[in-house]
Amino acid sequence: MKVSTKWLQDYVDLKIDPAQLAEKIERTAVEVDEEYRLADGLKKIVVGYVQSKKPHPDSDHLNICQVDVGQEKSLQIICGAPNLEADRKVIVALPGSRIADNVKIKRSKMRGEVSEGMICSLQEIGFAESVVPKEFANGIYFLPNNAQPGDSVYSYLGMDEAIIDLDVTPNRADMLSMRGTATELAAIYDKPVHFSHPQVTETAAEKTSDLLQVTADSTLAPTYLIRIIKNVTLKASPLWLQKRLWNAGVRPINNVVDVTNYILLDYGQPLHSFDYDQIAGKHLNVRLAHDGETLQTLDEQERQLRPGKDIVIADQQGAAALAGTMGGLRTAVSDQTTTIALEAAVFDATRIRQTARRHKLHSEASTRFERGINQKTVAEALDAAAMLIAELGDGQLTKGILKAALAEPQDVTVKISLDKINQVLGTNLSVASVKDIFQRLGFQVTVAATDFTVVIPPSRWDISIPADLIEEVARIYGYDNLPATLPTSVLTPGHYTYQQRVIRQTRQLLESAGLDQAISYGLTNNKKAQRFMMEPSAVTELSFPMSSDRTTARMNLISGLLDDVAYNVARKVENVALYEEGRVFYRQADQVRPREVEHVAGALTGEFTPSTWHEPSNGIDFFTTKGIVEFLLKSLGISQACFVRGDSHEEMHPGRTADIYLGEQFIGFVGEVHPAVCQEYRIKRTYVFELDLQQIIEAPKQAELYHPISKYPAITRDVALAVDQTIENAAIINCFYDHGGKYLRSVQLFDVYQGKKMAANKKSLAYKLTYQAQDATLADEQVNQDFERVLGRLEAEFGAVVR
Amino acid sequence: MNLQNKLTDLKRQALSEIEQTETPDKINEIRVHLLGKKGPITEILRGMRELPKEQRPEVGSFANKVRDELTNAIDEQKEKIETLLTAKRLENEAIDVTLPGVPVKTGTPHIIMQVIDQIEKLFLGMGYQVVDGPEVEEDHYNFEMMNLPKDHPARDMQDTFYITDQILMRTQTSPVQARTMEKHDFSQGPLRMISPGKVYRRDTDDATHSHQFHQVEGLVIDKHITMADLKGTLAKIAQTIFGEEREIRLRPSYFPFTEPSVEVDVSCFKCGGKGCQVCKQTGWIEVLGAGMVHPNVLKMAGIDPEVYGGFAFGLGPDRFAMLKYGVDDIREFYLNDVRFLEQFSQKG
Ligand SMILES: [Zn+2]
Repeated sequence: MKVSTKWLQDYVDLKIDPAQLAEKIERTAVEVDEEYRLADGLKKIVVGYVQSKKPHPDSDHLNICQVDVGQEKSLQIICGAPNLEADRKVIVALPGSRIADNVKIKRSKMRGEVSEGMICSLQEIGFAESVVPKEFANGIYFLPNNAQPGDSVYSYLGMDEAIIDLDVTPNRADMLSMRGTATELAAIYDKPVHFSHPQVTETAAEKTSDLLQVTADSTLAPTYLIRIIKNVTLKASPLWLQKRLWNAGVRPINNVVDVTNYILLDYGQPLHSFDYDQIAGKHLNVRLAHDGETLQTLDEQERQLRPGKDIVIADQQGAAALAGTMGGLRTAVSDQTTTIALEAAVFDATRIRQTARRHKLHSEASTRFERGINQKTVAEALDAAAMLIAELGDGQLTKGILKAALAEPQDVTVKISLDKINQVLGTNLSVASVKDIFQRLGFQVTVAATDFTVVIPPSRWDISIPADLIEEVARIYGYDNLPATLPTSVLTPGHYTYQQRVIRQTRQLLESAGLDQAISYGLTNNKKAQRFMMEPSAVTELSFPMSSDRTTARMNLISGLLDDVAYNVARKVENVALYEEGRVFYRQADQVRPREVEHVAGALTGEFTPSTWHEPSNGIDFFTTKGIVEFLLKSLGISQACFVRGDSHEEMHPGRTADIYLGEQFIGFVGEVHPAVCQEYRIKRTYVFELDLQQIIEAPKQAELYHPISKYPAITRDVALAVDQTIENAAIINCFYDHGGKYLRSVQLFDVYQGKKMAANKKSLAYKLTYQAQDATLADEQVNQDFERVLGRLEAEFGAVVR
Repeated sequence: MNLQNKLTDLKRQALSEIEQTETPDKINEIRVHLLGKKGPITEILRGMRELPKEQRPEVGSFANKVRDELTNAIDEQKEKIETLLTAKRLENEAIDVTLPGVPVKTGTPHIIMQVIDQIEKLFLGMGYQVVDGPEVEEDHYNFEMMNLPKDHPARDMQDTFYITDQILMRTQTSPVQARTMEKHDFSQGPLRMISPGKVYRRDTDDATHSHQFHQVEGLVIDKHITMADLKGTLAKIAQTIFGEEREIRLRPSYFPFTEPSVEVDVSCFKCGGKGCQVCKQTGWIEVLGAGMVHPNVLKMAGIDPEVYGGFAFGLGPDRFAMLKYGVDDIREFYLNDVRFLEQFSQKG
């Protein structure tokens, strides 16, 4: 809502610097987007009188004008505007002036002829395209004939008025009008308001009720009023009205439309004008749309109405207007119109809101119907509009106002105690100061001891409960005046839950392992959502997505990380090590809401540590990635995780992926992304892991206990075994532990070899076995026995041959 | 020449030779030669047998003295040589200490998570609990329990991704508060909570809009909670994130779930309030929204608004991070360019 301080001055006496006023509004009522004058930034733009014009000898569209700008000598100005006329007052940018967008105007030559300035259009001096009257849209503007050459143009055009652009919150719809805003400011500054009220004179002979019948379902339109104005001449509005409109950001059109817009701004009351002669059957009825009913609206669109939902104003032929949102073309006011049927109403807010949404017809009018309007001034606004149309269009009002419905506005009474106010605000206000605030706001107050009974007028329909009154007291008293304290009840220290702690530790562990934390989007496309999944699940999809990239809740984290890897690689960042911790959304087909499971995933590509002058680079492969997973699991107290070859993931390299189990439970996987997927993302070999963090959180943890360290020397044995390539290290290690004897402490793989020295399909695995007793020094013979026995076992089970 | 003179000559010669020795090998050689069984001193002592008995002790003691002197000289020279050699070796081992050290590879927490961590720590210290809740929410908790019935005009303030009529991507983390309020047992004490997490809005991504961002919402409900308590708490947040000297101011605003509702500005951390680009010359930056919990919200959660009251606030870690670090495009947070992420590796 763009509020002109000059207009405001009509209603409340505020001699306050506009910047300070804006600040006060922002601190006390609603947000202010901007405080400005249309003239801001302009310089040396004056009234000019075009004394003569003649065609430029070297141009088919330029004219050479002699322009009186109030100086001794008139100026020669070249002008190309198609609507240029001599003997008119125009806007002149003098040499050395500044026009819109900070453009400087200088004396210049145009095709050989001197031009001492520029004759301007409204746009050229900063008017928005959307407010320029149509007749001046493609040319220069003509000032009134009494404008004085040489005067600055700003006051003629209202450009010197300070405008405060309010961002009115949904609860303060009372401030979507000049009168509402004036009322608010009067309260803030403790000043009286003086509103003018229309004096209705009905000079036409006819009675309105003889011309038209109106009926309304009062649940749809609690108030529905019509006045008729006869013999109206449509023409441009006077400049004072046009100025008010364009300063409010509204384009002047003609006197009838302008008046309805003016009254909308003044009272916040939307109005609609029908061409009386086009109303079929001379009967208007407010009802819900019928089955199959359509309406061609003012924007010439044929609209399918929603039966039983959209409110329409219908005549005998059917829908004539979509209530509160847009009129119909058939009954619209046109150049031929002479008799206006003017509607002022209150419509059901919820239905108007739905209609505006479904038909995408949000407007100044629909916004006000949705948020509420002052029920007390519906009729007054109608009277004021009808009188002004009659005045500006030389018409006459018919006798009487038609009332299809008229809701009597009710005052609302709210009781509140001083204690309650001070308790909520933490203040120590007195009865007198609270009473004063209520009175300034125009509320009637009666006080009994420290209890207030407050009567709120219909102009503040947002107030209905004690909390609303507390807010009024707080903001008028001033938030700056509130003390600042902290809640004082007994303090019990806060702490993370176990789950929250594990999640945060997981992040820290992966960071200490060298991975950067990524946060990707939770919504992705259907395909990416369903990749790298750890359990079967139905998708969770948006019903009206904004883009095809964000349609589905993710069911894995890797897809998002691969997007991140691809983004980096495309920008020549070749070394990427990222992890993400977040939710995936699994849904059973018969559930509406998905189960949200905490996952953690990583993606690594390129070099883990790049080469330096000191060391060669350290590339990323399956085993670096697996090492990170092992580190994470071990640090989180999961010591029994078991890695088995996982060749069933469509998106993973079948030979380089391990599924991770905790007992029987599948908790995740680690491996190389399938080359086909890498190609799709245009990335090189990339290694990923994804773990179900929820299962890790819930898994039983190994208690950390002290194990005494043996005082006796250990004995080691190294052995290299030749086995088939298909034999897995894990199987051999398990065999060692299962059959290695009671002194075997640890088995460590220290070499893997396959190559020239080995037979085809064979590989060599070398292990270091450590034997130690807790209570004695071991003899070689004891160890040898155990060692030989386990080697025999390995040979029997795996055909392992000692090399 | 008598034996003493011979010994004196020998000593003089030997000392000069020892002094000129530069290698450990040579000094060992000298030691073996001079003091060995076939060495000149032994030789001279052997000649003592020919002396008269009474002269022997004198010469013997003189000879032993020479031997000791030479032994000392050899030891000293040896030590001198070794010190020199060590110095030489160390000199050869000198390196260019200005070459860079071997980098330690660690990862960086996401900047938004760093902001959230800071806020969590502040509130844990003030006795709040951190509560998580679903990102795919019911309309009931996301809106209706927040005093936003269907077709309320304020629903326009938050464009929503719906899954079905009743299920949506949460637009705020306040549904977590609704769920917690419903369950909280006030006989066990007041409710103090924050709910951090991802939220979603039906928005087209650009430099200042993102369909996904983060929120931390806070809620305190007890018997005597005042707006002054809210003001003090908000000042703490501003000071924790933006610096100890920060001040706040409150402006009236509107949120359906609070009444009174306020917008909170923090004094500009860049210019200290004088006016600059960051604060658009106003000296103040809007950082969060807050208010006193609306009685309808309490009632819907089964809490008696006559007995209990409280405050709520909501802030955006994305916006905080943008302001604090001068990030001018919100999309940076979700593209995860490593060069972006690793800029924020400073701890503490
Ligand atoms: Zn600043």
